[in-house]
Amino acid sequence: MMIATRELTKRFKSVTAVDGITLDVAEGELVALLGPNGAGKSTTLRMLTTLIPPTAGSAEVAGLDVVTRQREVRRRIGYIGQGNGAGHSQRGRDELISQGRAYGLPVRQARARATELIDSLGLGEVADRAVSTLSGGQRRRLDIAMGLFHAPELLFLDEPSTGLDPQNRANLQEHIVRLRREHGTTIVLTTHYLEEADSLAERVIVIDHGRIIADDSPERLKAKHVGDRIVLTFHSEEDAGRAAHLLQAARKDDQVTADNGPAQVPEILEELRTAGLTPAAVETRRPTLDDVFLTLTGRSLRDETPEA
Amino acid sequence: MSSLVTDTRVVFSRELRPVLRSPFSIVFSMVQPLFFLALFAPLLPDGTSLQWFVPGIIVMSCLFGTSMTGSNLLYEIQTGSHERMLVTPLRRPALLIGRALKEIVPMLAQAVLIVLVCVPFGFRLHPLGAVFGLLILAGFCVGLGALSYTLALASKNQEWLFWTVQQTLLFPLLLLAGVLLPIEDGPAWLRFLSKINPMTYVVNAERGLFDGDVWSRASGYGLIAAAAVALVGLMIGVRAMQRSD
Ligand SMILES: Nc1ncnc2c1ncn2[C@@H]1O[C@H](COP(=O)(O)OP(=O)(O)O)[C@@H](O)[C@H]1O
Ligand SMILES: [Mg+2]
Repeated sequence: MMIATRELTKRFKSVTAVDGITLDVAEGELVALLGPNGAGKSTTLRMLTTLIPPTAGSAEVAGLDVVTRQREVRRRIGYIGQGNGAGHSQRGRDELISQGRAYGLPVRQARARATELIDSLGLGEVADRAVSTLSGGQRRRLDIAMGLFHAPELLFLDEPSTGLDPQNRANLQEHIVRLRREHGTTIVLTTHYLEEADSLAERVIVIDHGRIIADDSPERLKAKHVGDRIVLTFHSEEDAGRAAHLLQAARKDDQVTADNGPAQVPEILEELRTAGLTPAAVETRRPTLDDVFLTLTGRSLRDETPEA
Repeated sequence: MSSLVTDTRVVFSRELRPVLRSPFSIVFSMVQPLFFLALFAPLLPDGTSLQWFVPGIIVMSCLFGTSMTGSNLLYEIQTGSHERMLVTPLRRPALLIGRALKEIVPMLAQAVLIVLVCVPFGFRLHPLGAVFGLLILAGFCVGLGALSYTLALASKNQEWLFWTVQQTLLFPLLLLAGVLLPIEDGPAWLRFLSKINPMTYVVNAERGLFDGDVWSRASGYGLIAAAAVALVGLMIGVRAMQRSD
């Protein structure tokens, strides 16, 4: 196991930020922690990256206890936090070289690796400028270059795409996918962007109030907790009523909830035709992770305003 | 394998790099002490000379520069680069010691600049004393820098706290050390406060040393005061850094 936590808990005075999280992540997994602001995602990551000690419970990262073997853990992991890793008065290339030196690389090697990462992240034009003059997207790429510098076997990213425009967000996701494909890096990221969790991760862990409330692949989460929706539109109110009665659907805007919706459409149409009903339009709606969250908590993630 | 020394060197050279990349930042930070020099020196009472005044100004510029240095760390705490460093295998004490040691470099540059500016006006420099004086000043700066970083770590996200404490302490320390005006003729309570201010001993030592009086009691006290500030500053600072998240 790359990560193994048991009842991991963090309390800040009156707030229980993380409330007994038990979690295993295997080597090579790409996991997204999804949850609203204040759910405890960052706090979980900060415990796993040795930044703060747990109040209770335990966590092992790469087989090493995060409290008693901090320095060894730090050697193995990369961490790209919510903020910007590069000092604003520094130059990007200098910061990359310092990063390499921090992991014990000789200057010459650190310099070569810096150049390599600058090229692969397209930072050539800006690497020798003060970090304070870079755009948000450029800074984020620099953060990623720093996180990848020592080629960690396990990479944590906290809200990696917050503040990025769609173009940069897509670039970032591409990098994450490539990293995984080319190096088999285990990746744990947090996000409150549903689409990101959905398109990027094979495993989504939904967190709310410091607890895991669901943990599965996006597809299975949707199938299990929501199911597909089939929306039938009729020419008249009366027809709609009859159809609903016939299908005994959970009524809401003439929607029918079903497992594997598209495959059921022909059957439903056949049933309706037998009763002399013809819908004006048929639409199947696959659920989003937001629907999953809504079902699980009664709240929508979309109401959340992003916060740094 | 890395050791505390190599870790400290990594942090030290990282801190120093922006200074070396824009050396003029040191010159700009000199404007204030030079103003004090230009505006105060003509007002000096009879009998007090440049020889008395300039060493105090050198210590003052050291105080101004290093007491503010924590704001760099404060900024890095806010932006996230401090957090990034905390996750690297760099030893925590190195994160503080490397930063504090870097304070020596701008301090040296400032002292040299002030002396160069004052020599044409009749300030006499005694090389051996000056070297010894700068050594004492280096210790003082490291300690002050460490304390400033400690204040930054304690302030974390409350920038106002850092600046309030820094500004509140700055002028009492300065005035009580007798940098701008002599303390000797003041009331007893003022002399007492001056006596418990370590900077007083540093300033007195610098005055003697720059004047060529190397092997004096004042030099000894200055050395002890600077070493004490350095030791206490580093100890407190390292503890704060070890607790930093
Ligand atoms: N250092 C801290 N001191 C006090 N409370 C904190 C601290 N860090 C986080 N919290 C609280 O813990 C909860 C979880 O925060 P966080 O882990 O940052 O959530 P997320 O990253 O999911 O948005 C929030 O209520 C937050 O206010
Ligand atoms: Mg967070």
